[in-house]
Amino acid sequence: MENREIKIALTGNPNVGKTTLFNALTGSKQHVGNWPGVTVEKKSGRVSYNGYDIEVIDLPGTYSLTAYSMDEIIARDFIIEEKPDIVIQVVDASNLERNLYLTTQLMELGSEILIVLNMCDIAEERGDRIYIDKMEELLATPVIKTVATRKKGICELLDKVIEEKEIEQYHGHEIGYGNEIEEKVLEIEKILSDDETRDKRYPLRWMSVRLLEGDTNVRRKIAGSPVYDRVTEILDSIDQDEYEAEIADKRYLAINTIFPQMCTRANDTLTKSDMIDRVLTNKYLGIPIFLALMWGAFELTFAFATPFMDMIDLSASWVSEYVSSSLEPSWLASLVGDGIIGGVGAVLVFVPNIFILFFLLSLLEGSGYLARAAFIMDKLMYKIGMHGKSFIPMLMGFGCNVPAIMAARSIEDEKDRLITILIVPFVSCGARLPIYVLFAGTFFGRQAGTVIFAMYILGIVIAVISAKLLRATVVKGKPAPFIMELPPYRVPTMKTSLIHMWDNGFMYIKKAGTIILVGVIVIWALASFPWGVTYGSENSYVGSLGHAVEPFMKPLGFDWKISVALIFGLVAKEVVVASMGVLYGAGDNSEALSERIMADPGITALNSLSLMAFSLLYMPCVATVGVIKKETGSWKWTLFAIIYGIAVAWITAFVIYQGGSLLGY
Amino acid sequence: MTGNDFPDIHETTLDTLKPGEKAKITKVRVKGSARRKLFDMGMVAGSEIELVRNAPLGDPMDYRIKGYHLSIRKEEARQIFIHKL
Repeated sequence: MENREIKIALTGNPNVGKTTLFNALTGSKQHVGNWPGVTVEKKSGRVSYNGYDIEVIDLPGTYSLTAYSMDEIIARDFIIEEKPDIVIQVVDASNLERNLYLTTQLMELGSEILIVLNMCDIAEERGDRIYIDKMEELLATPVIKTVATRKKGICELLDKVIEEKEIEQYHGHEIGYGNEIEEKVLEIEKILSDDETRDKRYPLRWMSVRLLEGDTNVRRKIAGSPVYDRVTEILDSIDQDEYEAEIADKRYLAINTIFPQMCTRANDTLTKSDMIDRVLTNKYLGIPIFLALMWGAFELTFAFATPFMDMIDLSASWVSEYVSSSLEPSWLASLVGDGIIGGVGAVLVFVPNIFILFFLLSLLEGSGYLARAAFIMDKLMYKIGMHGKSFIPMLMGFGCNVPAIMAARSIEDEKDRLITILIVPFVSCGARLPIYVLFAGTFFGRQAGTVIFAMYILGIVIAVISAKLLRATVVKGKPAPFIMELPPYRVPTMKTSLIHMWDNGFMYIKKAGTIILVGVIVIWALASFPWGVTYGSENSYVGSLGHAVEPFMKPLGFDWKISVALIFGLVAKEVVVASMGVLYGAGDNSEALSERIMADPGITALNSLSLMAFSLLYMPCVATVGVIKKETGSWKWTLFAIIYGIAVAWITAFVIYQGGSLLGY
Repeated sequence: MTGNDFPDIHETTLDTLKPGEKAKITKVRVKGSARRKLFDMGMVAGSEIELVRNAPLGDPMDYRIKGYHLSIRKEEARQIFIHKL
């Protein structure tokens, strides 16, 4: 017999254990992608149970469905347009009152709701009492108790889903908004129903209420309608701010009326979480603990990743050498060896970094500390025109810009996120260090450390100035208001963190990987053609390119060789050093390279300073370009990042070199 | 629409609350998208609110409302009117 299909959607506030429930339901049968047109994650999975094929769609976690963010629009459009058989709202039992606000909105959408009461253990431990029977009666929806972290109640949930699907009985519930508003709601409903061509999937009452609340997204949906002018007339005649407040008041009032009947809350005793907060967000201890934790996370990410990265690097160069020596003809050997394998190596080398970073971020987020990090840093970040949530991505940038840009996903506001993505590349990543070590070590002797430190500071200063500049020009406006829940501290679950790590790591390989590979092959072609030249030599296209850009680079103190090395540096910034080795005939021997650079009259201490600054700032490496494209979803901003980077680098290097020359260095 | 428009000498703004003090929200005058977000988070007239603490650098603030912790900046708190309890 054919299995019957059921489609369910999971919804709920952030931090209620929705993802854990999703993982418990679907196990490993998950599919992760993006919602069409946006970078918000779309997860779906399947579960077969008692002769039913159940498709589970994990909607973004939202507090409401009022179109405040992209997440909310995605969630409500999905519920209305795709009509899942059952919408499951995961509710945090220890935070019932606010969670029910979303319930009131789901009911207005006219969807079949099933409530999953999660984290009952925390609520009970605190002394709250929840009366499930009363709750089912008052909300007119089934309520199932689960502890998703321990897989409790999963079978009962699936049984209930099937039962509800079979009876197909609609539980309706409406909130009254008072005479004045109700009159307007009816009026608009009537006008809207006059339009025969309207999208009938959208409930009329819901649309009227949304319009009265000033929902611009719904307003756009009816913009082409013949009744639009009549609706606008009514909307223009009312004080929408007042209506918005009144409607929200009424929703919470409805909750307040039924809430005391289904839950008795323990008196405001200090919870464990409150006590942890007394220390972690303490006036004096908060910042030192924050810095220590960040340093620890940072060290772990890069210390743990280094051996794996070296291994990948080593195997890539070993395979590439093996291929180069065994393949015929030689151009094919070079394409596969230097180009493709080198390119794949450049993609894979970041994978350990990204996996560990996402694992740690997921632990920080799951524990509730990530919200505190934003809370602690917001004031400082706000001063430079950014949001508290931008701090973590910027910090991660010191390790590698690629995962740092991906970490910017946690920022909801599009402008805040865009600025973060655009300035992260100025934060000096680990790959730039070998360049500083070579040149500062060669020319600055005992002051080398100071010079390297100055480069890091230069990166931060440029990032801050850029943030201010972008705010004043292309990304106008103030940082988004800081309105954030500080969720209770919890022990994060290993499974959720591992799945999160795998999803994001894999996404990176798939999406950024293709762009990186193309970039690497283009550079390989430039270094190998025309026919018969030595790879990357003066006669190759890249050599000609080096000569061609020389006039442009001369004012910065760079000759064609440095220009070529910088072009190679686009693959990954540490490649600058390797290609200097090739160009100076020193191979991998860093001491020999250091001596030869020293002996070259074309490079002085001043040139090297200008070169270090240029390497720090000029366009992001192909991996970063790939991830900027992926995360902004726009070639325009990707191109902007490249051109802006080159311009800033050129100006900075020009000031250093010409200024230094004038001062007689 | 509340009709109660005569000046209230006990009315003040949320940013004046000291740690541990409780109040009842009377009016939210924040504009723009933040307004709706605040409503969604339970910052509606009649809600009870308590200041738990300031962030280590002084801003933003950590409030307890409807049994959970919500953080907002002083800038928004200045536009939320309260009645101290």
